[in-house]
Amino acid sequence: MTPSATTAPGPMTPTGPAADALRVALVGNPNSGKTALFNALTGSRQKVANYAGVTVERKEGLVISPSGRRTVVLDLPGTYSLRARSPDEVVTRDAVLGHLAGEVPPDVVICVADATNLRLVLRLALELKAVGRPAVLALNMVDIAQRQGLDIDTDRLSAELGMPVIGTVATRRRGISELVTAVEARAEADAAADAETGRPQSGGHGWTEPSAAEIRHLHREAERILKACVRPPRRPDTWTGRMDDVLLHPVWGIAILLGILFVMFQAVFAGAKPVMDLITAGFDALSALVAQRLPEGLLRSLICEGIIAGVGSVVVFLPQILILFLFIILLEDVGYMARAAFLLDRIMGGAGLHGRAFIPLLSSFACAIPGIMATRVIDNRRDRLTTILVAPLMTCSARIPVYTLIISAFVPARQVLGGLSLQGLVFFGLYAAGMLSALAVAWAVRKVFWRSASEPFLMELPAYKVPDPANVLRNVALRGHIFLRRAGTTILSMMVLIWFLCTVPGKPAGAAGPAIDYSFAGVIGHAIGPLLAPIGFSWQMTVALIPGMAAREVAVGALGTVYAVSGGEESSRVLGASLAHQWSLASALAFLAWYVFAPQCASTLAVVKRETNSWRWPLIMFGYMTGLAYLAAFIVYRTAVAMGAG
Amino acid sequence: MSPVNSVPLPPTDRPSGPAVEGLVSLADGRRGLCGVIASVGAAPLASDAVLADELERRLLEMGFVEGARVEILHEGFIGRDPICVRLDDMRVALRRREARGVMVRTDPRP
Ligand SMILES: Nc1nc2c(ncn2[C@@H]2O[C@H](COP(=O)(O)OP(=O)(O)OP(=O)(O)O)[C@@H](O)[C@H]2O)c(=O)[nH]1
Ligand SMILES: [Mg+2]
Repeated sequence: MTPSATTAPGPMTPTGPAADALRVALVGNPNSGKTALFNALTGSRQKVANYAGVTVERKEGLVISPSGRRTVVLDLPGTYSLRARSPDEVVTRDAVLGHLAGEVPPDVVICVADATNLRLVLRLALELKAVGRPAVLALNMVDIAQRQGLDIDTDRLSAELGMPVIGTVATRRRGISELVTAVEARAEADAAADAETGRPQSGGHGWTEPSAAEIRHLHREAERILKACVRPPRRPDTWTGRMDDVLLHPVWGIAILLGILFVMFQAVFAGAKPVMDLITAGFDALSALVAQRLPEGLLRSLICEGIIAGVGSVVVFLPQILILFLFIILLEDVGYMARAAFLLDRIMGGAGLHGRAFIPLLSSFACAIPGIMATRVIDNRRDRLTTILVAPLMTCSARIPVYTLIISAFVPARQVLGGLSLQGLVFFGLYAAGMLSALAVAWAVRKVFWRSASEPFLMELPAYKVPDPANVLRNVALRGHIFLRRAGTTILSMMVLIWFLCTVPGKPAGAAGPAIDYSFAGVIGHAIGPLLAPIGFSWQMTVALIPGMAAREVAVGALGTVYAVSGGEESSRVLGASLAHQWSLASALAFLAWYVFAPQCASTLAVVKRETNSWRWPLIMFGYMTGLAYLAAFIVYRTAVAMGAG
Repeated sequence: MSPVNSVPLPPTDRPSGPAVEGLVSLADGRRGLCGVIASVGAAPLASDAVLADELERRLLEMGFVEGARVEILHEGFIGRDPICVRLDDMRVALRRREARGVMVRTDPRP
C-alpha cells in the first residue's frame, strides 16, 4: 500500500501480508519508558536505560491480544515534537505520518507519558491528536507517581485529551493487558467510524510544522489541562536535587567523574584476575585432556592449537568484559550519563565536539558500533560526522584482551604511588590516550574540514533511579552472551582459518627452520613484514594483525595459535610468557600504541558506511587511523629503542 | 512567520541590588537565580548554524515558555557554562549562548 493510496476516499480495504494485523506505534518524550513498554508488550529485550536518546532506530515486535488479534508494535526514538531535527527524530516523524515508502501510518498511536513529568508530553499528545491518528495515552511510571503522592485525575485527563488514558508500570509489566485492550477497542471504534462515515483514513498529509506561535498555543492548552488534572506531588523527589548538589558541583563533580572512570578501569583490569586465572586453568586442563585422548596429528593440532589455544585465549577475557558492562549499565540506569555530559560539555566543546557527543563516545567504550549509531541524536550533520570519526578512538571492549595480554606480559606487577598497581595504571593510561586523541582529532577535523559554530545544546537531566537488579543482571548476561557468541562464531572460524594458514603447506622434507616459516601464514607474514619492521613488528605480529580486522580480539587468539604452532605445546599454555620471551619491550609498547589507533575492525567501517551513506567517510576513517597508528607505533618504538628497550 | 511574542530584549538590567525586581537574560544569571520566564525570543547572538526562529522553537519545545518557573541550579566549571536549570518540575542543561533569548523576571526578594 503506497501512501497515496491512503488518500483515496472510501473505507480502507487493507491488502498485503500485514493486512489483518493492527499496527501500533509508541511515541513519546525521550526517557518516558517507551522501550520498557515495548519489551513488556512484545517480550523483546531492547535496550532500556535512564537517559534521553537510548533508542535511535525503529524496532518492530509482535503481540497477540487477548482476543487473538495480531498487533505489530513499533518502538520509536523519543521526541519532544513531530518537528524532527535530528536523524532519530526523523524516524519517529516519518513513522507516525506514514511517510516512509511502502509503509502505512499506524492504526493507533500509543502516546507514552512519564506520569511524573507530564507538561511536555501533553503538548506532544495534542500535536499527535492534530495529526488525526487514533491515540491512547499510556500513563507510565505510575509507581513513581504514587510514591511521590502525585494525584492525577485520569478520567478528566482522558476527557480533556479525547483519548483513553491507561496507567502502566512498564518495568513491572503492570497495566499491559489493559493497554492492549484499550488499543484494540480504539482501533475498532475508528474502523467502524471510517466505515460509517466513509471518510478517508486520515494519514497526516495535512500536517505542517507548527510555528513558534502554534507551539506557544499548544503549550498554554497543555498547561491548562495539567492544572485541571494534576495536583503537585505531596512528597516530591528530593534525592535527585541532593545528589546533583554533589555530582554537578564544579569541583567535586569533575573529581567524582574522573574517580568513577579510574575505578572502572582499575576494576576491569585487577578485579577480574582471579576468575580469569580459573578460566585459563580450565582451558589448559581441556587441552591436556584432548592431547591425552587424541593421537598426535593434524586433528589434535587443530583442536589444541587452533581451537582451544585460539578461542580459549579470547574467552579468558569474559570476566573483564562483564565488569566493564556492569559499570556502564549501572551508570546508565542510575541516570548519571546526562550528568557526565553536562560536566564535560565545555571540554568537549573546546575540542569542537557537540555536548551530546559524550554519550555516544562513552558507549564506544563498550563497542564503537552502538556508539556510532547513538550519534543519531546529534542534529547537525557536521557535528555528527565529527563524532562518528572519533568514536573508534575510544577504547572498545575488544581491545581489552590485547591490552591485558601485553601489559601482563611486559609491565612489572609492582605497586606504585601507595598501592596502585602499575599494570592498572598503564591500562588506564591507554584509555586516557584514546580519549585525548579523540579530542585532538575532533579538534583537527573542525579546523581542516569545517569551521561552523556548534549546535544548540539542550538536554533534559532525568531523575535518578535505583537500578533494577534483575534488569542489570539481564543486561550484563546479555553482553556476556554476545561476547561468547562472537567467540563461538567469528573468532572460532577465524581461528580455524589461521590454524590452517599456519600449518599448511607443511614443511618440505629436509628443509631447515620451523615449519611455520613454510606455511601460507609464514609466507604472508614475511612478505608484509618489511612494511611493519620500522615500527618493530615481527612477522608473527603482522600475521596476527590481519585477522584482527575481523574482530580485534582475534589478534590475541592469532598470536596464541602462531606461537602454539611454531613453539610446540608448552608455549600454547602461557601465551603471555612466550610473548615476553620472544618480543622486545619496545615492540610490545609499539604494538599497544598501534592498537590505540588502528582501525582494526571491519564492522565499524561497515557501520560508518551505512550511517553516512557513502564510502568517503569509512575511507577517511581508515586512512587517518592507520596513519596515526603507524606514526604512534613508530615514535614509541624508536623512543623505546633509543632508551635501551630494544 | 514572524514570532509574535519574541522581541529580543537587550540583556541589560542585571540584578544589581537585592531588592530590584528586574528582567534578566537567563544567560546572565548566576546560580540561585529564581524567577518566571517573561519572554522567549531569538537570541541576539544566535549562531549561524541555526536560524534564530529555529532556536526559539526548540526552547519552546523544551518547556522554556512564558510563565514557566526557572531556577539556576548549577553552573559548569569552565566559564560557569553550561548551566543546569530547574524548569517547572524538570531539570534541563543548556549553554548560556542558547539561554540568551530567555528573559526572566526575577522574584522580588524579601
Ligand atoms: N519505576 C519505573 N521506571 C520505569 C518505568 N518505565 C521505564 N522506567 C525506567 O525509565 C527509564 C527509561 O526507559 P526507556 O524504556 O529506556 O525509555 P525510552 O522512552 O525508550 O527512552 P528513549 O529511547 O531514550 O526515548 C529506564 O531507566 C527504565 O528502567 C516504570 O513504569 N516505572
Ligand atoms: Mg527507547
